[in-house]
Amino acid sequence: MNLAKIFLSALLIDNIVLMRFLALCPFIGMSIDVSKSVGMGLAVTFVTVIATVVTWPLYNFVLLPLNLTFLKILVFILVIASLVQLVEFFLKKNVPGLYASMGIYLPLITTNCAILAVTFDNVSKGFNLIESVVYAVGVALGFMLSLVLLAGVRDRLKTAPIPKFLQGTPILFASTSLLAVAFMGFSGLIK
Amino acid sequence: MKRMWKIFVKGLVVENPLLMLMIGLCSSVAVTSSVSNGIGMGLAMTFVIVFAELVISLFRKLIPNDARIPIFIIVIAAFTTMVDLSMQAYFPALSKSMGVFIPLIVVNCIIMGRVEAFASKEKPLDAVVDALGMGLGYTWVLIGIAALRELLGNGTLLGARIMPEAFQPILFFTLPPGGFMVFALFISLNLWLKKKITNGAAVREAA
Repeated sequence: MNLAKIFLSALLIDNIVLMRFLALCPFIGMSIDVSKSVGMGLAVTFVTVIATVVTWPLYNFVLLPLNLTFLKILVFILVIASLVQLVEFFLKKNVPGLYASMGIYLPLITTNCAILAVTFDNVSKGFNLIESVVYAVGVALGFMLSLVLLAGVRDRLKTAPIPKFLQGTPILFASTSLLAVAFMGFSGLIK
Repeated sequence: MKRMWKIFVKGLVVENPLLMLMIGLCSSVAVTSSVSNGIGMGLAMTFVIVFAELVISLFRKLIPNDARIPIFIIVIAAFTTMVDLSMQAYFPALSKSMGVFIPLIVVNCIIMGRVEAFASKEKPLDAVVDALGMGLGYTWVLIGIAALRELLGNGTLLGARIMPEAFQPILFFTLPPGGFMVFALFISLNLWLKKKITNGAAVREAA
């Protein structure tokens, strides 16, 4: 029950993009069409979960006992950057099919703030390892959901009459704003 | 001197990191529900970018090309940690209200982008000027967005009541959707400003 709560609130109520404004750069940059959005979403899910599995023990078993918690920014970002590299090498060698479809998104993920935010959240919310992983999956899928939604809207925008001063990027943010209004409706979902 | 001014001023409008280059967006919408947060975030970010660009520009000849990204990340992370800890110590309330966004300066693409595109090639003084321009370009947008959101959403500025008592705060603006909407309007405004500036420059050059 508790895990379901964590998952749902990460996915919908505190949606990482629409409610917490994280990962906006890939959100605007990669939501060009639905298939790209799904690809980016899957890549992010993959890396977020691995990053969680690595950083959680690192923080709780290494940094905490040694009183080095002030190094967490430095350590976490290095872990994520090197993980992305590792994952890239591994996929290239062993799963070339997946690499070909995911390859271009991987380097972009290092600077995706959602992943770093998840690792910080896990620490500050005091989750245990299982809760952390569930939370990571929820956040990442929430990211994918918002990307797919915006990709759908962008498809319609191509043919829509847009006021001149909103043409280009401004209309994307205006649409995002309306999506966020819809997501606010979820806020009473869990008591 | 004129060259310096040019480097400085391009960050404000024409190459404004937030509104034109569309990078470093996350923090800009998230922390702008009040002006004090906007100022705090802007200053923290400016501090990190100035020192990161300075340090990397000083060492630009020593940094091996293959290992440059991890080195940049370490430098940026070090300054971010300093800002995070100092803010926790001296401005606990501000630090609390900005939460995870201070540590997230480390993955702010503006810093990484400027370090890679500018500081790793140019002289230290130029790099600092560039960083100041970018930092201020970022800060004015944050303060502008925050001022509009706080004024309309809460009727206050920096916590002081501005709007008359009869004014009914429009809650929409302090909530996330309002942030996106105001941001859209600011991009639109900046596009217009840029058009004015570049048109003016073109006319002057022709004359």
